[in-house]
Amino acid sequence: MLFFIEVTLSGLMAGVMYSLVALGFVLIFKASGIFNFAQGVMALFAALTLVGLMEKFNFPVWLAIIGTIAVMIALAWLIERVMLRHLVNQEPIILFMATIGLAYVLEGVGDIMWGSDVKLLDIGIPQGAWGWLWDQGIYVEKLELFAAGTAAVLVIFLAIFFQKTRIGRALRAVADDHQAALSVGISLNTIWVVVWSVSGIVALVAGIMWGSKSGVQFSLSLIALKALPVLILGGFTSVPGAIIGGMIIGVGEKLAEVYIGPIVGGAIENWFAYMLALAFLLFRPQGLFGDKIIERV
Amino acid sequence: MIYRETGQFKSSYQADQALFPIKQDRYVILGILIVTFAIVPMLLNQYWLNAIMLPFLIYSLAALGLNILTGYCGQVSLGTGGFMAVGAFSVYKLMIAFPELGFIPLVLISGFITAAVGTLFGLPSLRIKGFYLAVATLAAQFFLVWLFNKVGWFYNYNASGMINSPPMTVFGVIITGPEGDMHGKYYLVAAFVAVFALAAKNIARGRIGRNWMAIRDMDIAAELIGVRPLIAKLSAFAVSSFYIGMAGALYFAVWLGSAEPTEAFDINQSFLVLFMIIIGGLGSVLGSFLGAGFLVLMPILLKNIMVDGLGTDAALAAHIEIITVGVLIIGFLIVEPHGLARLWRIAKEKMRLWPFPH
Repeated sequence: MLFFIEVTLSGLMAGVMYSLVALGFVLIFKASGIFNFAQGVMALFAALTLVGLMEKFNFPVWLAIIGTIAVMIALAWLIERVMLRHLVNQEPIILFMATIGLAYVLEGVGDIMWGSDVKLLDIGIPQGAWGWLWDQGIYVEKLELFAAGTAAVLVIFLAIFFQKTRIGRALRAVADDHQAALSVGISLNTIWVVVWSVSGIVALVAGIMWGSKSGVQFSLSLIALKALPVLILGGFTSVPGAIIGGMIIGVGEKLAEVYIGPIVGGAIENWFAYMLALAFLLFRPQGLFGDKIIERV
Repeated sequence: MIYRETGQFKSSYQADQALFPIKQDRYVILGILIVTFAIVPMLLNQYWLNAIMLPFLIYSLAALGLNILTGYCGQVSLGTGGFMAVGAFSVYKLMIAFPELGFIPLVLISGFITAAVGTLFGLPSLRIKGFYLAVATLAAQFFLVWLFNKVGWFYNYNASGMINSPPMTVFGVIITGPEGDMHGKYYLVAAFVAVFALAAKNIARGRIGRNWMAIRDMDIAAELIGVRPLIAKLSAFAVSSFYIGMAGALYFAVWLGSAEPTEAFDINQSFLVLFMIIIGGLGSVLGSFLGAGFLVLMPILLKNIMVDGLGTDAALAAHIEIITVGVLIIGFLIVEPHGLARLWRIAKEKMRLWPFPH
């Protein structure tokens, strides 16, 4: 029983890590209908920049983080200017493909600028077993607990940002209806820069957490593939969906790995999440919390 | 002036329903076939055939398959790599178990096996749409590759987990594996591609193809006018997987000679083929070829220019290559989101009016 609890807890924590990546997807999809495949690479790029600033220029942690945020905002502005602006009104699949192209570019640029070797990221996040639960015989990683806390703070911050600020209202208006938003004088271009900046910052948070956990390396960009089932499970348009979807995937994956994995030969974590999400989708095609898809002729 | 139908009168229903109703099109197709089968194998040496023509043709076949599903029927699929793996592993098992059937029937059979698997993974498309479906097809990709990696039966329990193509002959010429004859390989693959490209063009303009396009344009409306989504979508998945399965079989048995599932059929294959049809043109047979040609040639060209021409360091060149590919893809999508096939369509319009455009 204790083992089951431990597995479930670590699944929950891993799920939160997935949610952090999925959050960035949701933000961009909500505001622009773009399925941003580059989110994973953005996390890698942010983490690389952070490590690069700390190592090469000896920036203190807080300055490096501010610097990275500035880089991510500049990146968002650049993406809007060079790419999105010219692709307005294109089919979703074209935009999706463009973000894959963007992923290639970011990957190459990140590697050339900061080198492709594995780097350690240490910004003072506590690591190791959490004492209190360890005494009860359950191993919970402090880093993951910290990540869960950060995710909670991030969600609260995003909720306030979306609900209470002027720009947040504009974002929701754009998410609701592009043309109506344009007609009341909201600038789509500005909104896109804002939303890509916000998801760039979310990517930085995800990059810090994943980077502290397993080092900053190329495989970090593959966490995007982990976040996709979370997304379809929770729904592309729902922030709580991303969190809860992440937890379901995390727990399901860990339990399956421990209890089903040995039967079928292991290494099932690559596809199990997708199958789980697929099973959910058959009952709710728009994901658990996604907007109901209304179709008219 | 050069390219128009003026003066070509159709005097029978047969002529009216021809696959290429305009005389010039027939000449061009004939010309392409002559170039493919007579001139190219004479001009190009083994290296060119192996490094450029074979991957180009095989990827064209895969792109044709995906274009049927995504371009004609509108179902985005990211499982191409997995389906190619099904084709490759079926042909491997068949080559070991029934070598007496001959290579060509075996490739066709492995196409049918892939079609069955593809139909199975197409079932969710009846309920799930758009990007939800695209992500759901990733389940096929990861599951299939995992399956071929884990279950020993598929690779005959050999220690490395790789599959090696045993030598097989067609008309007395060895065409599979490393000791195969390069020209024989080329003729075989080109014949496959030619036959199935014409078949695809024919299917796409007929009743089935029109059903697919109706589903693509708006599935509810299509359902209301009497297109059965179950049959239309699943047949698109089946035909598409059939093509992709054959492409996978040729890819492994004829071109690579040996393959390992996690590398040869990983998710990047799926993206690559999807890029081909997007850059070539969705819903266009010609586009599948143009896209495949572009994406097979470009990396080779870039590599040659940078490593041999400019003397760039190989690791840096790899990074620059990936950036260039990304930039080119974005640039292409901005300049011509309907793909290279659209440029050809514009050129055709121009040629009808030339030299008096007004």
